[in-house]
Order: sequence, then C-alpha cells, then structure tokens
Amino acid sequence: MELLASIAALCAIAMLLLVIGTVAQRGAPALSVGFFTNVDAAFLQTGGGIENAIVGTLIMTGIATAMAVPVGVLLAIFSTEFAPPPVAAAVRMTLNVLAGVPTIVIGVFVYGLLVVGRGQSSFAAAVALAIIMLPLIARSTEEVLLLVPSTLREGGMALGATRARTVLTVILPTAFGGVITATIVAVARAAGETAPIIFTSSIFANAVVTDPSQPMASLPYTIFTKSELPSASDQQQAWAAALVLISFVLLGSIIGRLLSIRTRRQIEQTR
Amino acid sequence: MSMESPQPLTLPTRSRPRFGDLGLRTIAGSAAVVLTAIMVAIVYQVVREAHASIGQFGLGFLTDNEWNAVTNRFGALDLIWGTLYSSLLALLIAVPVAIAIGLYLSELAPSFLRTPVALMVELLAAIPSVVLGLWGILVLGPFLADHVEPFLGDNLGFIPLFSGTPSSHGMLPAVVVLTIMIVPIVASISRELFSSVPSDLKQGAMALGATRWEMVRSVAIPQVSGGLVAAVMLGFARAVGEAIAVSQVIGGTLNQSWSLFAPADTMAGRIASQYQGAATALQRSSLAYLAVILLVISLIANVSAQLISGRIQRRMGIRT
Repeated sequence: MELLASIAALCAIAMLLLVIGTVAQRGAPALSVGFFTNVDAAFLQTGGGIENAIVGTLIMTGIATAMAVPVGVLLAIFSTEFAPPPVAAAVRMTLNVLAGVPTIVIGVFVYGLLVVGRGQSSFAAAVALAIIMLPLIARSTEEVLLLVPSTLREGGMALGATRARTVLTVILPTAFGGVITATIVAVARAAGETAPIIFTSSIFANAVVTDPSQPMASLPYTIFTKSELPSASDQQQAWAAALVLISFVLLGSIIGRLLSIRTRRQIEQTR
Repeated sequence: MSMESPQPLTLPTRSRPRFGDLGLRTIAGSAAVVLTAIMVAIVYQVVREAHASIGQFGLGFLTDNEWNAVTNRFGALDLIWGTLYSSLLALLIAVPVAIAIGLYLSELAPSFLRTPVALMVELLAAIPSVVLGLWGILVLGPFLADHVEPFLGDNLGFIPLFSGTPSSHGMLPAVVVLTIMIVPIVASISRELFSSVPSDLKQGAMALGATRWEMVRSVAIPQVSGGLVAAVMLGFARAVGEAIAVSQVIGGTLNQSWSLFAPADTMAGRIASQYQGAATALQRSSLAYLAVILLVISLIANVSAQLISGRIQRRMGIRT
C-alpha cells in the first residue's frame, strides 16, 4: 500500500516534470532578445515576438489586482473581525461558490456585461480576471487573519484602541505577509487564465497597446491561438510563450508558497 | 481550498460602537455587498443571455442532439454526453491516485519529503490550462494516436472503449488532461482531511496491532469518507467547467460514442470555441444556455461539498 501511494505521488511529480521539461525543451530555442522586444510577425513572415502579449498580460493582471486586492482584503476583515458568525459563514460560502464558477462562465458574464454594445477592451478582461482573483485573495487573507493570535487583538483593545484601530495598526501589519502571499498566488493564477480573455480581449492590433479601453494581446491567448496553427514556427512561438508564462506562474507559486510558510512561522512566534 | 477554518474570535463589545469602528465596519461590509452583487449579477446576466434559447427550446435542449447554425436548431445532448463522459472517466482515474497521494503526504511519506512533494503537487495545479492544452495538442495527442491507441485497438479493440480509428484529437487526450488537472485538487483536500483525523485514533489503531494499511482502511478513511465525497464533487465540478485545454485537444466534434479514440466536444469547450464567432443570435444564446447548465452544476457541486464538509467538521468537533 505504501508502495502504491509512493507510486501515485511519483506519477504526479513525473507529470509536472514532463510538462515543464517539454515546454522548456521546445520553447528555449525560440527565446531571443527579439522575442521579447518585437510584436508578432506579419502574416507569412517569420521571426517576431511577444512584446505586446507580455505588456498586455502585465497591464490586464495589474488592473485586475488593483481591483481584487482591496475588495478581497476588506472581505477578509469583514468576515473575521466584524461579521456575526452566520454572516461570516455566508460570506465564506459565497466565496467558495464564486471560486467554483467555471472561468468560461465568467467570460460569458463579462462579455454580456461590458463587451456587448461597447466592444472588447482589456478593462473588460481585467474585470473578469479580478472576479477570479477575488475569492483566492479573500480566502487566503482570511486564513492568515485568523492565525493572528487573539492576545494581539485583546492587547489592542486593552490599550483603549477601537476595533478599527486594532485591525488597521495591529492585525493587518501582522498579517501583511499573508496578504502579499495571497496576492502573488492570485496574480500567478490570473496571468495564466485564458477563458475569461477569449471573448473580452481577443481582437487586438498587432502592436504594443497600453490603453485599457482597447483590447490587448496576452500570453495565454497567444499560446491558445498559436497552438492550433499548423506552421512549425508558430508552434515554436507558442512553446516559447508557454515557457515565459509557465516560468512566471511557477515562480510566483513557489515564492507565494515559501512566503506563506514564513508568514505562518512568524505569526506563530508572536503567540 | 481549506476544509476547515477556525472560528472568528468574538470579544465582548461595547454597547455602542465607536465612530472609527462604524466606518471600517461599513467599508468592509460594503465589500461583502460587492461580493453578493457579483454572484447575483453572474447568475442574472448569464440567464438573461440564455433567455432567447431557453424560451425557444426549453428543457428539450437537454435531450436534443442537433447543433446546427444553418437550421438554427440547437440541443445539448451530445455536449452533455461529452462533458459527463470525459469528466467521469477523468475522475475514475484521478480519485484513487489523488487519495493515495493524500495518504502518502499525510501518513506515509518520510517527513523531510512531505513539504517538497506537496509543493510539487500544488505546482501541478498551477500550470495554466492553456499550457496543458498546448502540450496535449502537440505532444500528448500525437503520442497517444501513434503508440497507445493502436496498441489498445489491436489488443482490446473488442471493447467499445477502444474501438475506432486512432486520432490525435479526441476523448482520450481530454481525459488525460482533465485527470492531470483534478489530481492535485483532490489530493490536497484529502491530505488535509487525513491530517485532521485525531492522532490518538490513528495511534490507538496501531497500538491494537493494526498495520498502517489496516489503520488507514478502518480508521482514517471512514473518518473522512464524507470529506472525500466532497473532494470528489469539487474535482468533478472542476473537470466539467474546464474549457480551454479540453477545447484544444478533444476535437470539437458532436458525438455520442463510447470510443476513447473518437473526437467529441464538451459544453465548456463548445462555449470557448464558438461564442465569439457565433453565426446567429440564437446560437450565442444557446451557448449561454450551456453556461447556465455549467453554472447550475458548479453551484450544486460546491454548495453540497460545503454542506458535507461542514457537517463533518461539526461531527469531528473541529472548529468551523
């Protein structure tokens, strides 16, 4: 039985290494300075790069983060510090349900909300990404807030501070590392999402676009379309773009994970 | 996806909240209003987009296998088949593997291996689905079509599962890709579940002379069986809702075949591939109808998974 369980774990690790290895092996040859500093090549021409896709992914994820982090952190504060237990349970339930809504459905939702009648925009894509990030940020911030020892809360109150002041000056700073961690993990997740983008930011100029009211290229969408093209150079670009994306996503996940272990340890030391 | 979270601390409060408290409370509370508004708006908007199709086809949409933009007749039966078939097959493979990984990480692995192995399993979940799809379409699909499917067809072709012509796009690569996606989800939940079994129960069983396997089988698994059901439901919901990677590898063909080699399509995959370029308003509305079905499945799966795990936590005396 122990053998079987070890084999199962090995299988998962093997799949991870297999996918990463294949992406690295096929993508690395196409990486060059020009790949990062050029936009996609014109039709029937080779070369070209993913500059516009990288810029687009950074801008869209950035806008989404700016929307999702404040709301997510406030939600966590509300459910841990202010809400009566049944309300907190309802908030938690809603967060889990929202986290379970398929991302393609969120794409359909934002399409109807922001794209119909107005046309595509990277802002619409960012709203869709923010909806995906929100439950991730709120839930992991909440977990960290709950780790903050109650002695700190009581200490703040005993000093005559209001609950709000205790939250803002004692609890949030203690949990700050946790908020950062939650943000990193959510950004890594959002940067790789394709489904919310394909209806909201998929018809774009082949140039670096920085205006959020216009649709932009993005790394996931570039991989998505180029993976289905027959030409070998397109496919190689898809692999290279995947290598860039996966490095970013995995790095974010690893850093987030290590930070969260550190934050937990630090908070536990304050107990 | 934490299955347990400690109870929020309730402190004795002053009879009248102070002004600063009220301010922060209002701002934080408004975030909860935003959350509720998003959830309600998603349901409202998607149902509204599907309204024309729901009015036209009603529940017959679920039992009609025609999907034709020329005659403007749409039914979801083949897509429902493709969705359920691919998701259930993926679950069938993923669940035993994932539970074994959960056991390995919580009970069996040497302690110095637990953190790195758990991290790697988590990273598997972090791979963007479009990258898995890229790998599926260019590496996995051709490999299955050239090596695995001919072998299965030659030797086990009498089973309907392995009948038909090998193809690089089809059910089999979709099932493999979905399996890779579900395993880490179910594995990390089952690891948490097994870790939550009180150690005196585990040690008690061992002290009575049970082997590790007997302890797992007779103590750990029965303790968390409800939670495992919840984990399986969440994995199922994830598989049903996956659009991108599946649309890349499954072939996008309407089909109701037992064959793993045949191309098929799923509800989420069809939305991904057709929503943008829908030929008629009714087609777009019918795709939104598919989104409504996905939404209903995900709501049911998530809510019941939470009810189940909430009940277990109360029973096991874990603070919720």
